Amino acid sequence: MHIQPEAIERHTLSITVDNESGILARIAGLFSARGYNIDSLTVADITEDETISRITIVTTGTPGVIEQVVAQLDRMVPVHKVTDLTALGPHVERELALVKVVGTGDHRIEALRLAEVYRARVVDSTISSFIFEVTGGTEKIDKFLELMREVGLVEVARTGVAAIVRGREAQ
Amino acid sequence: MTAELSGADILIQALTDLGVEVVFGYPGGAVLPIYDALFKQKRIRHILVRQEGGAAHAAEGYARSTGKPGVVLVTSGPGATNAVTGITDALMDSIPMVVITGQVGTPLIGTDAFQECDTVGITRHCTKHNYLVKDPAKLGDIVHEAFHIATSGRPGPVVIDLPKDVQVATAPYRKPSIASLPHKGYKPQIKADTALIEAAVEMIAAAERPIFYTGGGVINSGPMASQVLRELVRITGAPVTSTLMGLGAFPASSPQWLGMLGMHGTYEANLAMNQADLIICLGARFDDRVTGRLDAFSPNSKKIHVDIDRSSLNKIVRADVAILGDVGRAMEDMVKLWKGRQHQAQDLTAWFARIDEWRAKKSLKYGPSTKEIMPQHAIRRLWEATHARKPIISTEVGQHQMWAAQHFDFEGPNKWLTSGGLGTMGYGLPAAIGAQLGNPNALVIDIAGEASIQMNIQELGTATQYRLPIKVFILNNEYMGMVRQWQDLTYSGRYSESYSDALPDFVKLAEAYGWMGLRIEDPADLDDGIAAMLAHDGPVMVDCRVAKLANCFPMIPSGASHIDMILEADDVIGEMNDEAKALV
Repeated sequence: MHIQPEAIERHTLSITVDNESGILARIAGLFSARGYNIDSLTVADITEDETISRITIVTTGTPGVIEQVVAQLDRMVPVHKVTDLTALGPHVERELALVKVVGTGDHRIEALRLAEVYRARVVDSTISSFIFEVTGGTEKIDKFLELMREVGLVEVARTGVAAIVRGREAQ
Repeated sequence: MTAELSGADILIQALTDLGVEVVFGYPGGAVLPIYDALFKQKRIRHILVRQEGGAAHAAEGYARSTGKPGVVLVTSGPGATNAVTGITDALMDSIPMVVITGQVGTPLIGTDAFQECDTVGITRHCTKHNYLVKDPAKLGDIVHEAFHIATSGRPGPVVIDLPKDVQVATAPYRKPSIASLPHKGYKPQIKADTALIEAAVEMIAAAERPIFYTGGGVINSGPMASQVLRELVRITGAPVTSTLMGLGAFPASSPQWLGMLGMHGTYEANLAMNQADLIICLGARFDDRVTGRLDAFSPNSKKIHVDIDRSSLNKIVRADVAILGDVGRAMEDMVKLWKGRQHQAQDLTAWFARIDEWRAKKSLKYGPSTKEIMPQHAIRRLWEATHARKPIISTEVGQHQMWAAQHFDFEGPNKWLTSGGLGTMGYGLPAAIGAQLGNPNALVIDIAGEASIQMNIQELGTATQYRLPIKVFILNNEYMGMVRQWQDLTYSGRYSESYSDALPDFVKLAEAYGWMGLRIEDPADLDDGIAAMLAHDGPVMVDCRVAKLANCFPMIPSGASHIDMILEADDVIGEMNDEAKALV
């Protein structure tokens, strides 16, 4: 007997929750308990009084699984609202990466030139290293990292995706 | 200024304000302040179980039979972990329950203190919601919110983990309003979308082969929902089948009743589901035990699905009309609209003629025997002897449970207590205890198997202590019968560890606990034995020796569709392929 894989989609979900102890474990635990995937997860409080947090999750699954993920999140007691940004339509997705590149000579010059193309900022440097700060969509960051690997990338820290719907309507 | 109360007193006051009459519990170090507060009051009755698992199941039985939330009080560490099975059981079967667990003092949390465990972490996945209370000033609101969450929307268990220092520390308490509860985002949708109700009514009115498929949600919605279901079924004329959890919502004596559906459901119920052109699923969730092989499940029907839990809709089977809301209210709306539009029931004569052909298979028949007691016959005789008294029946889990579901007919809701979703052996005895406490004048019978009953056998002592006249009717075949049945079906009869060896003498065991013990061995003595059990006004345990190798039919084996039911024992012995073995 073999397990058959199914076609999957990538969706970005935006979830507003009560900012309380254990909330992240609750959300992340739901994904592990039901066998859903988390590609990226970010969380921070977003209201003046720090009572509400926004969690942005990038998940993959079949359309049926994505629908279940949304429904399962939506019924959790501390969850206020779940928005499937991918299903909703136009939205902005950004993440930030800090990229440490070590090298001298041509590699160093090439790294700087590529960084300029990708609008990455130098936030730290030594004689033989840079740390770049780059923001953008996941694909842009992936591409930037791919290039940096050729010119001495030694370490990466990524924030994961933060996302928000386009236009004047708030979710 | 309001006088301050200790956390323990706030808890008791809040429980009192919420109308709690009974708490099932077991004391221990981390709940001593609460037990001292209980000692000083008279409003709440504490039932001392023999193991915390018993407390959780007793609370389930109380809740299921009364419609009120069950309340459990246990200590930290092992007290909490012992309750986890019952909490999970309540989650799977949507039983309203509030569990208060003691916790080590807040300064000790995370230090591996004596009897410490991460109760909130452990119960996060088996509760509807849970709390760790660190401030007595928040305790009152949390207790009220816990009951609101446990009882509203899709009911379920809620755990409140209460550290010992928070039980002792003081704060003011006042009864909160629902609107002032902490979680503003929790608003279950009760009223269904009118346009969807309209669509559903028109589909029912136009259907030629409709069937109602009802579940535990109808019972959870309250006794009114069962009444409205009867009216809806009456005016539409359609046949009704039900899940294990939904038995009793619709009377088994009705000519429109087809019996239970699913793995051990009747031939007519499963064939009608397969051949229907419209399935109206009311408060059920297309469980794998109901659908059988999914790609062959009711291939030519439209589906209407009403559920209060959004995540149940379109989870397993895609609905043509998915209605989110309370099933009782949704049915009321359907009935009103049906009558308002002056719909008449379709002529379903042809549909019922086909159903009658399936009924003629008599799929629940069993071989009669004068030598041994057939377990199905024992249940039927038990029904004959007791049904006029409208008994509450609990079960353990296994063959006896399925036979009880097939052969004990129910006419009303809240009479049938069984562990459906989790399938917890050992559920029936403590559930019967809880039901008897909630219904002191009712006849409460636990239909048990000799293996299951031993899983919470210690609760015999609880029934003795509180003089609860419950009856335990053990169908003793000396096997974990359902395991053995699957071994027959799937593993060519290799009975790996399914024999109940070294059984106790149940009669002596009953007597040791102060119960009456009875043994029935001869079919000729069955009725007299049942009569003797019923005649005794105290608790009775009956060791009814039944045919050892009887299997439960009909049956849809793993990986099969509704039309591939096994009706006869002869079809059974064999070996299955890996795909079938891997299915549950």
